[in-house]
Amino acid sequence: MTTEATSKARASNHTASELLAVMASRLLKDGQVVFAGVGIPLLAATLAQRLHTPGLTILFEGGTIGAFVEPGKLPPSTNEQRCTRRANMVLSSTDVLLLLQRGYIDIGFMGGAQIDQFGNLNSSFIGDPDNPTTRLPGTGGGNDISSLTDMIVAMKHEKRRFVHRVDFITSPGFIRGGTSRRDSGLVVGGMYRVVTDLGVMGFDDESRRMKVLALHPGVTVGEIQDNTGFELLVTDDLSVTEPPSGRELSVLRHLDPDRLYIA
Amino acid sequence: MTQAYLELRRNTVARDRSLREKVISLEQAASLVKDGDRIGIGGSTLSRTPIAMIWALIRAGRKRLTCSRGIMSSDGELLLGSAASDHLITSWFSQGIVWGVSKVMRLYIESKRARFDEWSHMAMGLRFRAGAMGVPFLPVRSMMGSDMIARLSEIREMACPYTGDRLVLVPALNPDVALIHVQRCDPYGNAQMDGLQFMDIDLAMAANKVILTTERIVSNDQIRRAPDQTKIPFLAVEAVVEVPFGCAPHECYGVYEPFFKHHDMYAELMRKDPAKGIAEYLDRYVYGPKSWTEYLDLIGTEELLDAARRGRSIYDD
Repeated sequence: MTTEATSKARASNHTASELLAVMASRLLKDGQVVFAGVGIPLLAATLAQRLHTPGLTILFEGGTIGAFVEPGKLPPSTNEQRCTRRANMVLSSTDVLLLLQRGYIDIGFMGGAQIDQFGNLNSSFIGDPDNPTTRLPGTGGGNDISSLTDMIVAMKHEKRRFVHRVDFITSPGFIRGGTSRRDSGLVVGGMYRVVTDLGVMGFDDESRRMKVLALHPGVTVGEIQDNTGFELLVTDDLSVTEPPSGRELSVLRHLDPDRLYIA
Repeated sequence: MTQAYLELRRNTVARDRSLREKVISLEQAASLVKDGDRIGIGGSTLSRTPIAMIWALIRAGRKRLTCSRGIMSSDGELLLGSAASDHLITSWFSQGIVWGVSKVMRLYIESKRARFDEWSHMAMGLRFRAGAMGVPFLPVRSMMGSDMIARLSEIREMACPYTGDRLVLVPALNPDVALIHVQRCDPYGNAQMDGLQFMDIDLAMAANKVILTTERIVSNDQIRRAPDQTKIPFLAVEAVVEVPFGCAPHECYGVYEPFFKHHDMYAELMRKDPAKGIAEYLDRYVYGPKSWTEYLDLIGTEELLDAARRGRSIYDD
């Protein structure tokens, strides 16, 4: 199948957010403890829990340990009672966040408004922070999560979101690359994967620059680079992801029938 | 040097901490808050938000309040839009992610009509916890390397005197008044909370004064039958106000979920023109009604019952 034909097939089969949710869910491993943010991360973690990682433990910053979100009852944030349904425990938000610092969490799983080549996330200001074009809602638990554990970020792949340097580091990735993260006092964690509707990225071990590890079906290196505001590294053993299966899509749509997160 | 701590102690000692009835009206409770007070708001995002108390403060014309909360939602927008507050301290501020970035927040913060100090969520929690512990700060291992630190004049970094680890120090928050809504409490202020507690226990113990609003007032006997369920002790509480549906249109765990239609209507109103929208909303829903009951009437029985049906369903198998 040609790239164009695959793209068309992809477009007719599922939306970009559905692709993102499915691909993000595949990055989680059974038995992991994952601290998930609202939106695609919550949905993708729940999808993984229902499909291939039944032993996944999902935590929310509102204070939930071991969430089991019900289909069609996705919460508007990670702080409502829907997040606690069939959970193992609820505790204070401060104490659930402290589990990150204590070291109980394998993966932090978040969305992002703006990311740069070193995986720093901005959810605070677009433009000059002193005179911003847009004041964004802020960090929430994002800074704590990205400071204290390994991170998977799920976001739409757009040039305006993938920038050379974020306007403001809200949630640190590898700061300015190299050893700068550790030098700034962050001795654990860091960016592990960035998953988008175009591919899966990791970070170079030395320079800490973003590196393409896999492309989604029908996506080319040129296309992913064209949608990125900085130069991407590309791994030598570049792979292509399997397209979303019918089962993945049907369970996903069952979880979010109102398309609250999968617009 | 120890002035802040000594003053905190003096304020606490000066409070009547005896086991006494303290049930008052919403209007009387509003008079316990002074212009310029530092307010701590309980709950988080759309959950257990003390909307009725905020509603009463706005109606009472309070000004220049500095308000802190783990995560702020439309409560912050009402406080800014009414000019009750011009300074918010929080980790995240918008109506809710499903409604996009708050237009009201943007209007006030981008034009510098109000200040939004951004701390990480855990830092907010540890600030309340330090306040509750009676210590001036707590160390934390997040926020380092971020650009948030440079914008916060009150934050410090240090090397641990034992290990040399680099740490960020977050200063205690001891609000003048904490506003907390619970499912039930007795007339003395022994409060029982169901579901997510957020930072409310630390907030209550940190504050110089706690105003409790509650879905229902139960007897002290009932409290004493399950003291393990009591999360805030009477001795921290200054006033108790019974306000059914006191978080509407937000959620109160096990009693009602968020009033989603009302939130959609609100978001739509703000989306068109946030300045006009918030003024219109305040006129209609905050200044307009004669009482909290009339406010609930305006929201409507259909929405109320829908939210209550969904809220109570958390206990269904």
